[in-house]
Amino acid sequence: MLTWLGYFGRFGQNFLRGAGVTLELTAVGLAIGFVLGLLLALARSYGSKWLQRAAGAYIAVFRGTPLLVQLFIIYYGLPELGIAFSQTVAAYLALGLNSAAYQAEYLRGSINAIGAAQMEAGRSIGLSKWQTIGYVILPQALRLALPSWSNEPISLLKTTAIVFLIAVQDLMAEGRRAATTTFDFVGIYLAVAVVYLVMVFALDALLKFLERKTAIPGMDIETRR
Amino acid sequence: MPKPILTIKNLTKIYGQNVIFQNLNLTVNEGDTVVIIGPSGTGKSTLLRCINLLTRPNEGQIWLDDLEITAKGTDEDQVRQHIGMVFQNFLLFNHLTALGNVKLGLTKVKKMSEEEATKKAMHELSRVGLADRANHYPGQLSGGQQQRVGIARALAMDPRVMLFDEPTSALDPELIGEVLEVMRKLALDGMTMVVVTHEMGFAREVADRIVFMEKGHIVEEGSPDEMFNHPKFDRTREFLWKITELYGKKEKEAE
Repeated sequence: MLTWLGYFGRFGQNFLRGAGVTLELTAVGLAIGFVLGLLLALARSYGSKWLQRAAGAYIAVFRGTPLLVQLFIIYYGLPELGIAFSQTVAAYLALGLNSAAYQAEYLRGSINAIGAAQMEAGRSIGLSKWQTIGYVILPQALRLALPSWSNEPISLLKTTAIVFLIAVQDLMAEGRRAATTTFDFVGIYLAVAVVYLVMVFALDALLKFLERKTAIPGMDIETRR
Repeated sequence: MPKPILTIKNLTKIYGQNVIFQNLNLTVNEGDTVVIIGPSGTGKSTLLRCINLLTRPNEGQIWLDDLEITAKGTDEDQVRQHIGMVFQNFLLFNHLTALGNVKLGLTKVKKMSEEEATKKAMHELSRVGLADRANHYPGQLSGGQQQRVGIARALAMDPRVMLFDEPTSALDPELIGEVLEVMRKLALDGMTMVVVTHEMGFAREVADRIVFMEKGHIVEEGSPDEMFNHPKFDRTREFLWKITELYGKKEKEAE
């Protein structure tokens, strides 16, 4: 037990550095995924037929294939076409593009739940379609999506671990290095797991805080008609 | 000489195979309160939705003052500013306070400054008797209060005409009075209003003209006295008798 706790002293610096990279990967992937996911959701709900289909196809492809395959195509495949990225950028892209497909689905569901009625209410006072989306639909849809969307940051944080396969120096990579130094695979990976767990708890608390902070007074999470 | 604000000519709306109404004609004069009554499913709500272009008629024309709003290339957003709409289910913006609901159109459509918009919105809220609820969210208001905020939100845009789509149908009986009271006051202030409702008391007292619609046709229209006391058609008499009886009972039960 004492040896095990000792790992946090001995590899503490490395774990912290790796955890920092893991958090960066999560944040950047989440941000890319959110912006792109929001555009996809809007395209699916309000776009022309052609846009709706294109967005639907994107979501189907990125949800329907393993992230690892997407990562390898971006990192190993694209350079053959003359598009090469650093490991970090390839990781950001793969995580972001993949997360976008999932975030689009969370957002689309809540945009549809807010529904046509709120759109009519906005239009009735002279707001344009996009003004209504911006000032009426999205502020409600984003709040409505928050509880289920909160799965995404947490799931993404854990998913980032696969990028050590293209040699990004994240927490998992640091753990692997420490494991091959000590040969105590169980001990080291348990320690790594604990660091992940702490990050997930912190993130979860942050999301709960955000949910409370953005709650609309007098309104339950469910939409009303 | 009465000045028409709304002129509707030969309006036809068809959903698929379903003819909602056909060749409908109606004129609403400035300052008038026109109450449209009739069984459900006769196209009363669809008519209102055509008037503020939430849905497009298949044929026919609508003029707002001298502007044909059904013409191709009409700026719909521009037109809707001038036509207030009050919905059966209130449809307030749930993430905004009462004040925020009334202000949104002022700041985003009329591009008023924050300060100006707040002043104007507070004025509209006091008109419906809710100045003291300005900072409440819709979820913290009763149905009657929500509907009054809905009225204030539409009023704030200074519309030429206000459309009411069964404004009290979703309310508990004890909350109907406060909404009708606000509407009565509006009518007295000279607001031009088109009201779809089953509230016969309101129709009898406030309407300048009552229009009885059935199966997509205007059966009969006239003053409350003509419609209630000397209707030309049996069908009008029958409907009015039935609905007065029905709602009269409901009102008694509520007491």
